[in-house]
Amino acid sequence: MSKLDAKIPEGPLADKWTNHKAKLHLVNPANRKKIDIIVVGTGLAGSSAASTLGELGYNVKVFCYQDSPRRAHSVAAQGGINAAKNYKNDNDSVYRLFYDMIKGGDYRAREANVYRAAEVSNLVIDHYTALGVPFARDYGGYIDNRSFGGVQVSRTFYAKGQTGQQCMIGAYSALSRQISKGTVTMYPRREMMDLVVIDGKARGIVVRNLITGEIERHSAHAVVLATGGYGTIYYLSTLALNSNGSAAWKAFKKGAYFANPSFVQIHPTSIPVLNDHQCKLTLMSESLRNDGRVWVPKQKGDTRKPNDIPEDERDYYLERRYPAFGNLVPRDVASRAAKERCDAGYGVGPTGLSVYLDFKDAINKKGRQVIEDSYGNLFDMYHKITGESPYETPMRIYPAGHYTMGGLWIDYNLMTTVPGLFAIGEANFSDHGANRLGASSLMQTSGDGYFILPYTIADYLADEIKTPKIATNLPQFDEAEKNARERINKFLSINGTETATSFHKRLGKIMWDYCGMVRNEEGLKKALTLINELKEEFWKNLKVPGTGEELNQELEKAGRVADFMELGKLLVYDALNRKESCGAHFREESQTDTGEAKRNDEQYSYVAAWEFNGDGNEPQLHKEELKFEFVKLQERSYK
Amino acid sequence: MNIKLKIWRQKNAKSKGRFETYQLNDVAEDMSFLEMLDYLNGTLIKNGKEPVAFDHDCREGICGSCGIYINGRPHGNDHRTTTCELRMRLFKDGDTVTLEPWRSASFPVVKDLVVDRSAFDKITNAGGYISVNAGAAQDANAIPVPKHNADVAFDTASCVGCGACVAACKNASAMLFVAAKVTHLAQFPQGRIEAVERIKSMVAKMDELGFGSCTNTRACEAECPKGISISTIAKLNREFISAKIKD
Repeated sequence: MSKLDAKIPEGPLADKWTNHKAKLHLVNPANRKKIDIIVVGTGLAGSSAASTLGELGYNVKVFCYQDSPRRAHSVAAQGGINAAKNYKNDNDSVYRLFYDMIKGGDYRAREANVYRAAEVSNLVIDHYTALGVPFARDYGGYIDNRSFGGVQVSRTFYAKGQTGQQCMIGAYSALSRQISKGTVTMYPRREMMDLVVIDGKARGIVVRNLITGEIERHSAHAVVLATGGYGTIYYLSTLALNSNGSAAWKAFKKGAYFANPSFVQIHPTSIPVLNDHQCKLTLMSESLRNDGRVWVPKQKGDTRKPNDIPEDERDYYLERRYPAFGNLVPRDVASRAAKERCDAGYGVGPTGLSVYLDFKDAINKKGRQVIEDSYGNLFDMYHKITGESPYETPMRIYPAGHYTMGGLWIDYNLMTTVPGLFAIGEANFSDHGANRLGASSLMQTSGDGYFILPYTIADYLADEIKTPKIATNLPQFDEAEKNARERINKFLSINGTETATSFHKRLGKIMWDYCGMVRNEEGLKKALTLINELKEEFWKNLKVPGTGEELNQELEKAGRVADFMELGKLLVYDALNRKESCGAHFREESQTDTGEAKRNDEQYSYVAAWEFNGDGNEPQLHKEELKFEFVKLQERSYK
Repeated sequence: MNIKLKIWRQKNAKSKGRFETYQLNDVAEDMSFLEMLDYLNGTLIKNGKEPVAFDHDCREGICGSCGIYINGRPHGNDHRTTTCELRMRLFKDGDTVTLEPWRSASFPVVKDLVVDRSAFDKITNAGGYISVNAGAAQDANAIPVPKHNADVAFDTASCVGCGACVAACKNASAMLFVAAKVTHLAQFPQGRIEAVERIKSMVAKMDELGFGSCTNTRACEAECPKGISISTIAKLNREFISAKIKD
């Protein structure tokens, strides 16, 4: 039997989740406290899942690498969170949200999953509001909404440019309440070193205590990975520096399939690279494109200051190319359009690798105060980093690695191909297809944790109520711990001359150049060779100072970079295999006459799910055909 | 530019710390402060020395991980900034920069510039939440909330839990942190229900964990990267006293 049974329920789209829920098995309240669940990660996915499972009465253990669960990278989401409330009376609906996501994802997402994400979105907003998340309100006391890229309604709930922080604080507070009640035990400053699989089922994890270096064993009846995306594979990205792909990678090596790994979102509006020591790119929220207009000079290599360039000598290229959506085209489209202008020699700034995002018209029309109320903190952030005020001078922006649509393959119950191992939030692959729309991430990750996983995990656990507590002295735990120790010792014993960061930077450049915004066969093949060479050098010439029995940040980095070397190859295999362009995956060989992504639905309308095939071997490809029963596949046009 | 760094080095919580001095050349103006430290660490590792441990993550001022006492001020000499947002253009060629960890008995040093701020989580666990289970809430627009209250809630919930308020306070008080949380949640009808209990339990936990008392020097407000106002402390005191009178 194929492992790729997506378990999508039969029936009309709008009834699938309702009917499915009615059939899911339950665990009765008295049995729940006998069941242990491990959740790895405390972003909106992990915190929401953990607190909800705690509220239901399960015995939950939660792990994060940060010193506090509140610091998970969901905190950095800026623009907003979508829901189909139709509070603006602009004819929004669950169906329309679903449709926008399917189209926005360039028809590479599962219909049933996407519809469900849209369906539970309203519950998410209700819950966050009850938890005290201060969404923006109008003077009547009702909640305000704004618009985001790729849609023609205003469905984005927001809290200035700090929606992630504000939702995270809500999710963290609910988690704190369960910690105080004792239903959830929190383990901060722990890094997952391995997944423990016993008799084919996920039964625990081995973690490293980042303060003491101790290797700890934790067992459970089920394991939930809420470990986010792997965008830091590009080194320079909008992600937190310690974000990594290691937990998902360990799961992959233990049998979980990895789906569409090359689907990586390059965000169009990041502050450009300033110097060679830079380790991070700061995002400027997509919401800015509601009021900001993107342009470059009409004349190549124009060195005049932006405010000195008259109106008729500016090329508002997004408005020119995409009149229907203008500055609010989806991210992949906006990113490629910026790259196209810069590659053609029209880019601005010292490197020529940036474009303007100009608020002059909006400030003139709405007044400075309105703009400050909407984006004040983002403008301040930009000012601090660049030394320039966007109230006076247009921002300079350029695309940067951001979100990974790809992730662990899951079925409709959010379970991976390893029974008992679940993946939620950005760590899974299912809802955003080949491109994610803005503000859909907080929506999906919270929906998974609050309103989907707690139901579907019970269906699995219903068969586990007779399984006693899993012992941590089983041979599978011995082996996982032994492997973790050996790996740490190996890092410490190489004693070469180059730091993990330096290798990471070199890997990032390979990934960005050959597996970034545009890809082609020749470049991808070259990338494989380059990664192999770099990997070899890494294991010969890495330098990790210190010991394993203490806080050792270099040792942490080494482990993450080692995994990225392998994951990078998987991205390349996936990008090579998919000889079509779709969403963020742009193969130069497959484009329309006007330079837009050209899909090949006949051959590639599937999810590419990769199976680990042993170290050094090519991974095995499995295909999950995507069936579109409710939406007609069309060319994705924003013109 | 060339700068001299005096950095607090401490192997672990038990060992004794000391200042070490490092000369760092070719620091670029548009580096962030932490990129400058990355640069220092790269140099130290290449020379066979231990890099300086410091907490950091998002590098854009929102996760609250970073926190270094720089030239006698938490997060350094700039208005409303976290350490990661601090830029080297604020320093001059030839400057000596002193780096220390947060100084508070309630935030013990873990290593070098890294401290243990889990006391903040413990205070939050003591009541920094609204007791609502997933699935229990009514429609988000069923209870209108005046815009003013929503704005106050936003401002106070923008606390990133970095601990600069404690580090800045001569009494190492956590009052601004606690006051921000209770003020945030009290802006909503749902949050009012447990408001009194919340204040009492969070203040009791703060005292138990060894944080000092507030003596209104306003150092916390001056150093808070998110500009949280000390007026929240006044609000907390008012509610705390009225609750205690009723007891």
